[in-house]
Amino acid sequence: MSQFAAETLTCVRGGRAVFARLSFALESGQALFLLGPNGSGKSSLLRLLAGLLRPCAGKLIWDGQPVQEDPEAHGARLHYVGHHDAVKPVLTVSETLHFWARLHGGDSENRVLQAMERFAITRLADVPGRLLSAGQKRRVNLARLIAAPAPLWLLDEPSVALDKASVKALEDAMAQHRAEGGMVIVSTHADIDLPDAAILRLDDFAAPSQEAA
Amino acid sequence: MIQYWELLKRELRLALRQGSDSMMVVGFFVLAVILFPFGIGPEPGVLARVAPGLVWVNALLAAMLSLDRLYQGDYEDGSLELLILTPAPLEVLVAAKVTAHWLTTGLPLMAAAPLLAIFLNLSAYDLGVLLLTLAVGTPTLSLIGSVGAALVLGARRGGVLISLLVLPLFIPVLIFAVGAVDAAQHAFPWTGQLAILGAILLGAVPLGLYASAAALRQAAE
Repeated sequence: MSQFAAETLTCVRGGRAVFARLSFALESGQALFLLGPNGSGKSSLLRLLAGLLRPCAGKLIWDGQPVQEDPEAHGARLHYVGHHDAVKPVLTVSETLHFWARLHGGDSENRVLQAMERFAITRLADVPGRLLSAGQKRRVNLARLIAAPAPLWLLDEPSVALDKASVKALEDAMAQHRAEGGMVIVSTHADIDLPDAAILRLDDFAAPSQEAA
Repeated sequence: MIQYWELLKRELRLALRQGSDSMMVVGFFVLAVILFPFGIGPEPGVLARVAPGLVWVNALLAAMLSLDRLYQGDYEDGSLELLILTPAPLEVLVAAKVTAHWLTTGLPLMAAAPLLAIFLNLSAYDLGVLLLTLAVGTPTLSLIGSVGAALVLGARRGGVLISLLVLPLFIPVLIFAVGAVDAAQHAFPWTGQLAILGAILLGAVPLGLYASAAALRQAAE
């Protein structure tokens, strides 16, 4: 049973406070939806949770330990899916997945095959990245989630460019991940079905504007 | 350690499939050096006298050409973020990138040097010393260049900016490398200069890796 918590996070980008005093706690099997209008800091929060950004104030805690004490261990327990798909034009789908799985410390042929099957890219295994459509690239990126196990998934608008069947596959993958004790944090504008997910509205933590202050 | 080998394998595979980059660097190197016999006349004594400097200056410029792509591709397609989140020290991954860069530019430059030695009337002994300086000096170029390439990520016209940042830092390597070959040409001992090149390389390893990793983390913010 793991716990991931954020305590009074404040994020400043380009001299402007994006959100302030944001806290939440998440346990194994739980999910969190990040909602809010454009520019409310959903992506910044996810990058901050991944450790790509440093919080201006506040801290992240995993099982009682501050995350910043060991960024590598934090990297090992999370998967981050951002706006870009990290697919190289000249590498095939299977090479890309094997590479990221091995880099993440896990590589079993089985899991990679399972990941490709889940997102219906098995028949694309030998196709180079430059021939993939936007949705297919996104599916390759999402297949990383399955190819190497990690308890915490941070997904930034994962359903962009996906068709209905693929969104369903993603929902199934998230449900199974949670059933196995994983955590999911998703930001989205589209409808993604995540049963009993907690909701975090970023506008509730908007920093007071300069005029009001 | 597994991450080092995996990334190195992927980089070499990318270089092999994209192909042209490495060939272009060597092509530029050879062509630029061959221009000089045409420019300053074919007198063997003069050519042999300027040969070490010519080869080294052009090796620096050729190495620059390939630097701006070192991290740019990964930065643009999101791979950089995932590399930073890899459960291994970022310095190790930078080491893999730098190794791959040297294998695809430094090593081919060395392979092309004997051909240029013929054009420039270098004796076999002097060529041997030149190759030694290239072997010890070009990894330093990749290491220092990596810092420059990481620093200019996200900047417009990064390629020009890298040259401004990095070329001045290449000067010590140039001085001692050319000094060694010069000494060999005049039958003086040259191992001292080579030892200093080695020392510069040893200093550049930790500095280059840590500075590149810090610059990459900054670029991903």
